[in-house]
Amino acid sequence: MEWLNAIVQGTLLGGLYALFAAGLSLIFGVMRLVNIAHGDLIVLAAYLGLTVTTATGMHPMAALVIVVPAMALIGYALQRGLLNQTLGDDILPPLLVTFGLSVIIQNGLLEVYTADPQTLNAGALETASVAIGGATLGKLPLLTFGIAIAVIWGLQWTFYHTALGRAFRAVSDNQDIAQLMGLNRRHIFGLAMALALGVTAIAGILLGIRTSFDPSIGGGRLIFGFEAVIIGGLGNLWGTLIGGVILGVAQTIGAKIDPGWQVLAGHIAFLVILAVRPNGLFPRVSG
Amino acid sequence: MPDPILQTRGLNAHYGDFQALYDVELDVGEGEVLAIIGANGAGKTTLMRSITGLLTNGPDQIHYRGQEISRLRADEVAELGLAMVPEGRQLFPSLSVKENLMIGAQVGRSGPWDLKAVYDLFPILEERKDQASTSLSGGQQQMVAIGRALMANPDLILFDEISLGLAPIIIKDIYEALPGIIGKGMSAIIVEQDITKALSVSSRVYCLQEGRVSLESASDTVSREDISRAYFGIE
Repeated sequence: MEWLNAIVQGTLLGGLYALFAAGLSLIFGVMRLVNIAHGDLIVLAAYLGLTVTTATGMHPMAALVIVVPAMALIGYALQRGLLNQTLGDDILPPLLVTFGLSVIIQNGLLEVYTADPQTLNAGALETASVAIGGATLGKLPLLTFGIAIAVIWGLQWTFYHTALGRAFRAVSDNQDIAQLMGLNRRHIFGLAMALALGVTAIAGILLGIRTSFDPSIGGGRLIFGFEAVIIGGLGNLWGTLIGGVILGVAQTIGAKIDPGWQVLAGHIAFLVILAVRPNGLFPRVSG
Repeated sequence: MPDPILQTRGLNAHYGDFQALYDVELDVGEGEVLAIIGANGAGKTTLMRSITGLLTNGPDQIHYRGQEISRLRADEVAELGLAMVPEGRQLFPSLSVKENLMIGAQVGRSGPWDLKAVYDLFPILEERKDQASTSLSGGQQQMVAIGRALMANPDLILFDEISLGLAPIIIKDIYEALPGIIGKGMSAIIVEQDITKALSVSSRVYCLQEGRVSLESASDTVSREDISRAYFGIE
């Protein structure tokens, strides 16, 4: 029963990792940009949530109404103002620039919020639980998992059933020809980044409610996000959710064996899958 | 010649240090079908890329309906009513047939062409509308590429090597469909290696040779000798 419990908890934790990963996956899918600053943007969203909740007294979940559009705006501005200039045939400039961005965000957060660990106070939601069968599940992890499914379903729907999604796929396929069709790729990339950082905002708030955070933890979130994306297979959002779940389960099982093994077990699961299936479990079928 | 819809004046194009076009002067009349012929590497596709804004041009080299478009981005040029059927089709592989067509309408210009009109022109595309565009035969892919350009309701449509890599029977079908397309008041530029085909549908012909215009003539009076000379540069 305890093992089953660990697996269930790990699965729910995977929802959070999938949220870390979804924005990363979306950006890579649309513009082949590997965003090293992604983890720090998650932390930035958590801090924005902190500012909003302390200033207004809002519940962190309600603060999403402000933080999601704010992050989306930051995303659009960041893409149009900075990242578009780095995109080209060479993959190195975007890596270097987002790495620099990561350093800037971390130090900016340190300057503004200090290095003290913070947490978003969600009141009763943090500890509430429901008993299902023999297991007791926290309401927050359940909610997180539900949000992850909803977000991925929403992204999937956007990609395959809207004009915006069609534009994303067209630009991803062939930038020149998409441009001939009247799609301004710089604008489309801006919208993709806005959408990705909107998702990142949700991830950041849920992270902030779940655990304490400080400006330095972005790198770790980036790794978890990357691992979930790679395990699931690049360009497959449902695969990303499964990747997150596998990572989460590996971590909780590792922690069950020895608390010190939590993070390591996740990395080992990732490396094993990378060795056996280098393209991930569910790579996008290329046309 | 009727009023020009498109004019290039002293058009030069470069890929890095390599100059691909030299002082190209070209006029397309309103409602006219122009053929551009030339050997491989003569600069035909480069010329298409310059006109559509995929290449960055120098100032004041391309005019469309009297408006200077040399410095516009490709999406801005497309909005003015200039569409291209690119060489090698270049459909979007992750989009279905129908989605490829719908992307063409993204510029938001109104006119006679919509999904229904394209399906009437190429009924096979309606049958295949939900398939991946890459699952179609070459000829059907070319129909999608043509339909995609028409969906923009362009005033000027550029066909870059539409018969390249297609079976002769398919080429015949496509050329038979062309008058129905261009007949709706559109102007067209047809880039073609098949000279007979190019001359049969066009009113005037330009030949490019090593990036320069080597011949400009009416299609029905041009002689084979003139074409050979312009094509190969042999005196």
